[in-house]
Amino acid sequence: MTAPAIQITDLTLRYDSGAPLFENLSLDIGAGQTTCILGPSGCGKSTLLRLISGSTGFTWSGAVEFNPPESSTVAWMGQDDLLLPWLSLRDNVLLGAKLRGELTDSLRRQADELIVRGRLAGFEDSLPSSLSGGMRQRSALLRTLMEGRSLLLMDEPFSALDALTRIRLQDLSAELTRGTTTLLVTHDAAEALRMAHRIIILGGTPAEVKATIDFRTQPPRGPESEEVLEHYSSLLGLLLEDHH
Amino acid sequence: MAALRLFLLTLGLLVLWQLLVLITQVPAYILPGPLPVAQALAEHGGVLFKHLRTTAFEIIAGLLIGTLLGASCALTMIISPMLKRWMQPVLVISQAIPVFALAPILVLWFGYGMASKIAMAVLIIFFPVAASFYQGMRRTNPDLLELARIMGASRFTILRYIVIPSALPAFASGLRVAAAVAPIGAIVGEWVGSSSGLGFYMLHANARMQVDVMFAALAVLSVTALLIYFAIDFLLDRIIYWEPTKGI
Repeated sequence: MTAPAIQITDLTLRYDSGAPLFENLSLDIGAGQTTCILGPSGCGKSTLLRLISGSTGFTWSGAVEFNPPESSTVAWMGQDDLLLPWLSLRDNVLLGAKLRGELTDSLRRQADELIVRGRLAGFEDSLPSSLSGGMRQRSALLRTLMEGRSLLLMDEPFSALDALTRIRLQDLSAELTRGTTTLLVTHDAAEALRMAHRIIILGGTPAEVKATIDFRTQPPRGPESEEVLEHYSSLLGLLLEDHH
Repeated sequence: MAALRLFLLTLGLLVLWQLLVLITQVPAYILPGPLPVAQALAEHGGVLFKHLRTTAFEIIAGLLIGTLLGASCALTMIISPMLKRWMQPVLVISQAIPVFALAPILVLWFGYGMASKIAMAVLIIFFPVAASFYQGMRRTNPDLLELARIMGASRFTILRYIVIPSALPAFASGLRVAAAVAPIGAIVGEWVGSSSGLGFYMLHANARMQVDVMFAALAVLSVTALLIYFAIDFLLDRIIYWEPTKGI
């Protein structure tokens, strides 16, 4: 694994009832790689992501360290596309810059180039309501990338899409996020196997790291890939074990 | 298509009205038929138009001021939770006390001119606008707010670019309700004390048993209220262009 971009040490977080969600959880997220956090629903994957994003709605102890420290500003993509229905696709992609008052002509050109790379050319001025589900999620991906952050946090970004659109978007995402530290939360083993440089499997109560898989090949990988075949059954076994 | 529908609806109502008069044989001083009312409309058209100008001005001014005050109140409650605790009871009281009960007091305070009627219209309009806009802003998708926070937006920018536009459809619903009820304030105010306006002219005609003129004034008021409502509806559809206008 490459040098860690995020180091989580002895993280303890409890529900309001006092029951622990994490207890002394420690894990590393490699720099410039896509790390998938895989685990059953309710194991705390999304909470972990929100905590890294700096959300203030939690009481926790332990340490979340960013390397370098200034990389703690992140870009976020969730399951819902969260496109603003009154803005065009281009303006949605530029939302972060607009909100920070940093909109420039050069950024607009950059957004247009990104839209072309995201295979949405010709739809720059379209409203989200006229786009398909896949196109909307692709726009959300471009908005996330447009932030130009060194750390991308993705919370089940493709789970609401149909199988074919999901695969296309996973491949596009792998292509566009290459070299950027990406933390992707998913409960879909196939997605993790396709997209990750590294898979961290969370499970149990309180949640702990059940296993870690580091891949030799670059994502995206197809289902016929040797490494996918190698890890598929053990991964499913681990997930099912926790499910039972 | 919409014009044809409106024409057929009006024609249908007129036919029903005429049938009711013919079948029940109600005397004309209680319920005149559509023809005498049309005649009264033609005879008193000039005067009715003069009074309409007063009433229409009161309604439109009431709508503008009421909307501005209602929207400002909603914004203040969103910006300051402390002020919200003070303002919310006032908002409820403004709706709980019947505006008819306040009419004489408002006439006493603001005089027999247009001001008291505008104040009445403002009181009626204020609540639906403030309540709907406030609820719309409060229901902004929390995930959107979280996304904006992660993007580094300030509280003011979030309010301007996300919260207010998100609440516009709810605000529009409130404004549509307000537009439909705005004439009530103006007319009730004119009934209590005025020297011009359609409400005043209706009372004037009533005192002289000119029921056909009263109905003519009512017809003019109905058409005006419809025109104001549809103008606002048209405008809102264009401002909130992203909202689907066709539904179930």
